[in-house]
Amino acid sequence: MIKKTILNDTHRSLGARMVDFGGWDMPVNYGSQIDEHHQVRQAVGMFDVSHMTVVDVSGVQATAFLRYLLANDVAKLTRQGKALYSCMLNEDAGIIDDLIVYYLDDNNYRLVVNASTRDKDLAWMEQQAADFDVRVDERPALAMIAVQGPKARQKVCPLLPDRLGLSAAEIKPFSACWFGEWFVGRTGYTGEDGFEIILPEDKAVGFWQQLIEAGVKPCGLGARDTLRLEAGMNLYGQDMDETKHPLESGLGWTIAWLPEERDFIGKKALTAIKQQGKTDKFVGLLLQDKGILRGHQQVVLPDGQTGEVTSGGYSPTLERSIAFARVPASIADSCDIDMRGKLKKATVVKPCFVRQGQIQITL
Amino acid sequence: MSNTPDDRKYAESHEWALLEDDGTIRVGITDHAQELLGDLVFVELPQVGQSVGKGEECSVVESVKAASDIYSPISGEIIAINESLEDEPEMINHAPYEDGWIFIVQPIDPNELDELLDDEGYQAFIDED
Repeated sequence: MIKKTILNDTHRSLGARMVDFGGWDMPVNYGSQIDEHHQVRQAVGMFDVSHMTVVDVSGVQATAFLRYLLANDVAKLTRQGKALYSCMLNEDAGIIDDLIVYYLDDNNYRLVVNASTRDKDLAWMEQQAADFDVRVDERPALAMIAVQGPKARQKVCPLLPDRLGLSAAEIKPFSACWFGEWFVGRTGYTGEDGFEIILPEDKAVGFWQQLIEAGVKPCGLGARDTLRLEAGMNLYGQDMDETKHPLESGLGWTIAWLPEERDFIGKKALTAIKQQGKTDKFVGLLLQDKGILRGHQQVVLPDGQTGEVTSGGYSPTLERSIAFARVPASIADSCDIDMRGKLKKATVVKPCFVRQGQIQITL
Repeated sequence: MSNTPDDRKYAESHEWALLEDDGTIRVGITDHAQELLGDLVFVELPQVGQSVGKGEECSVVESVKAASDIYSPISGEIIAINESLEDEPEMINHAPYEDGWIFIVQPIDPNELDELLDDEGYQAFIDED
């Protein structure tokens, strides 16, 4: 049985093309995906991301539990509402999921995890929570709408209930504020400014309509994918999974090695991997020849070693094809890509192509 | 609702074949196909002079979503390609039956066209999905 978000009928009445997205019936686009992409880079667009899983962790040992559960360190979070991006690792340092954790207070945190990994994430958290005085509560009755783009904040703030709009106008990037069941994070998955708004399901359709009336264009998960690719943001299941560790997935920056006395799941394995020092590199690719880079294409280095494209596609902002790839560390500044048996030239760049509407690489 | 003109024939792999006055066959993809693919961003055209068999893959169109093979609906030799698609692949989205044509085949046996679906047959075929 395919799952539907509370906005499903709304998407259909807007003429969205719906696809099965990891068991959820979600809009991939409403018209032109490229137009939706530009809409977010240049003005403002919105995405229904209610399929994502909200998990509240509470209890006197909430901080201790999350410091053990996550590879990044929630002790860095000292200001109320501050967010942190982290991997959740298994004992072998394989990535179970990537997530955002918000600090509400010392006994309360909110996690947003991927939809496709919901079941195993919850099972893993429950299992690890057994040794701590904490509660792990999924919040399935909440919807989530991401409003993204340079004009996102000015469109959203006046529509938020009560004084939440005033608070939301003040919060810094990667922080959140809340009022009742409404929770607004200045976060996103596009490389643009904006909010991710968690709200009660019964308010979602009305809020979505208000946003449309304010001129916010609905965008599908297709545009969300090209936006996150341009922004250099990994996608779970494509760029990393349980067979990959953060150091070969471009996520070394999310590991809090210090303080040394903190133990976290996967630390031992990760330390051993780091000491061996034979880790593949996670890079960005810019295709120089014609064609489109796609996940699973083979990367061929000049010395014959090979790697793999993890995510690839067309960049509407660059009007070129870009990708992420996992490659041998000896890679220099160019490589070939095997595209249906033909080798195409690509240059190796930092995997961050566009941020805040600005191109970050040399074309 | 996609558009299916009645002046041409259709393959189940979503190409159309239009018999021109000079006996050549112009080929493209259907409105239904371009809608499914989404915004087209790259077309790998066949080569002029290349011979193709009926149902043989000879071109690739890539959209924002995926790459998709194009099969020749008829056997023969490629005598022209739509080079403007190299710079404007989106022409296939905007005008799949006109300016978005992909290649022209000089057929070996024009009777092969009879094996393809007519507009009603194709419409019924896609409505089944």
